[in-house]
Amino acid sequence: MTYPSLRQSLVLAGTIGALLGAAWPTAAQQPAPAQQPAPLPPGSPLIGRPDTADAKRLAPVPAPPLAAAADKLPVDKLKAPKGFKVEVYASGMPNARSLALGDKGTVFVGSRLQDKVYAIVDKGGKREVKIIASGLYRPNGVAFKNGTLYIMELSQLSKIDNIEDKLDNPPKPTVILDGLPKDEAHGWKYIAIGPDNKLYFEIGQPCNNCLPPEGYATMRRVNLDGTGMETIAQGIRNTVGFDWHPTSKELYFTDNSRDWMSEDLPNDELNRMTKVGQHFGSPFCYQGNLPDQEFGWGRKCEEFTPPIALMGPHTAALGMKFYTGNSFPAKYKNQILVARHGSWNKTNKLGGDVVLVNIKKDGSAGPIEPFLTGFLENNSYVGRPVDVMVMKDGSVLVSDDWNGAVWRVSAGGNARTAAR
Amino acid sequence: MRSLAVGAILAGLAAHTVGAQPLDTRLPTCLACHGENGTSQLPDIPSLGAQPAFYVTVQLLMFRDKLRVTEPMNEMAKGLTDADLQKAADIISKLPPPQPVADNPDPARMDKARALSRQHRCNFCHQANYAGQENVPRLAGQREDYLLKALRGYKDNSRRGYDAQMSEVVYDLKDEDFVELAYFLARQK
Repeated sequence: MTYPSLRQSLVLAGTIGALLGAAWPTAAQQPAPAQQPAPLPPGSPLIGRPDTADAKRLAPVPAPPLAAAADKLPVDKLKAPKGFKVEVYASGMPNARSLALGDKGTVFVGSRLQDKVYAIVDKGGKREVKIIASGLYRPNGVAFKNGTLYIMELSQLSKIDNIEDKLDNPPKPTVILDGLPKDEAHGWKYIAIGPDNKLYFEIGQPCNNCLPPEGYATMRRVNLDGTGMETIAQGIRNTVGFDWHPTSKELYFTDNSRDWMSEDLPNDELNRMTKVGQHFGSPFCYQGNLPDQEFGWGRKCEEFTPPIALMGPHTAALGMKFYTGNSFPAKYKNQILVARHGSWNKTNKLGGDVVLVNIKKDGSAGPIEPFLTGFLENNSYVGRPVDVMVMKDGSVLVSDDWNGAVWRVSAGGNARTAAR
Repeated sequence: MRSLAVGAILAGLAAHTVGAQPLDTRLPTCLACHGENGTSQLPDIPSLGAQPAFYVTVQLLMFRDKLRVTEPMNEMAKGLTDADLQKAADIISKLPPPQPVADNPDPARMDKARALSRQHRCNFCHQANYAGQENVPRLAGQREDYLLKALRGYKDNSRRGYDAQMSEVVYDLKDEDFVELAYFLARQK
């Protein structure tokens, strides 16, 4: 079959139009079926979604509401480099998201679509999951410092002191900061405590692609009692993972770029903050070199701090940590492990893995290589990694909100041999 | 009359503490409000027939864990196991779909709502026939009063979604748009 040329099509369309015009003299009486929907109002969070059949097939992939049964976990499908071992650390935690580690070895797990924060207690290799807080709203962020667990919900920060001594009978979290925006879009928060002993979080851009209202798309930090909020960076669309370089103490963070620009653009970002006040581009410029089709006009990408690495289009680069343990091969030391949750806004899904980003001596990024794969099978998810955490024994935990589980990746002696 | 009926059923719920009953015993109570075949005859109470099982599981879970607060439903879902939620969802999803309102729809209102639906991409996730899929509910033939209540709830944040999708969608819709959309969707087959 051959297709008519553009010119022929136009002529054809004109003819049909003329015929239609003849049959129905007044358009007002008989509106022809609209070829294009009316444009969305300026600033609409839905702007950019094309009205085509293929685009219609793409929507955020919903996480199962229930945790996978222990015997249904896809442990055999996950692959790590030669010599590494992948096992289930704990399961039965629906929508397991961010991870934090207590001084006494308790692993705390936040959730986004549930109301709960979980604690995993290891008793000589047998692990028990406890619910230590419930009735919360989007408690995605968890952090731990000096005995205290911090929990970030959609719009408030709370804490439980001496949590590890109270796991069986925890008090309700005490709110130490509230009144943050309640926008649902990119409203769930990741938190982490920096080398400056301040707690960091982001106020996400409340839409796919819009000019964010004042104060949005910004990285903030507060003292550990919730006071002294400062804005330290802007132009961040939605970061759900950050960590500090073990020696330079600079902040590195992932950022999820906009949807619906194209199948293959823009890339998600790995960023490095070298000074307070930097602007990372959103919504004017994505991936450091791509002016936005709408908001890029009149701006230049050079105005903004570019990412140090491109994490793939729509891959949803989320949790990240520098590998600071001692049991992995030497090449992993002070490199970044990034959990890529996996794309939805892409016909052929990409991501659904944990990758290793090489960080050079000068703090810039080198090549990216796979670390933990197999979550994506035949363009469907069998799991979705969210956050990464380095344990005291040097093993790495990876949370999975699809299965409601936490995976453990450890290196045997032959991993070190294989890496040489 | 209808609100009296609901009142009687709710009183019954409280008296019998449905929350302690096994699933099979509870189901008739569910359908007393939601309709024998899953087609509700009561104001503000949704028809459940042909809702995607995923969506029903999510909503029951949200009621059980009080992520969505609607007292009768929190009571109804209390104590259900995960397996109960899935079983209830399977049964409900197999009930016949509700029939659309059978009147002579006002073509101007239908056109206006159809344009709104396309403009705001309702027909993406809810599908072109509004049958829903996965965690996205069926809208076709749903009660008009319930649709309006749900949309208003998303707008004023009294209705919590499983994820952030609907809050983005209603962001720049106005109440008059909700009225038209509810009218239109209740008349879809």
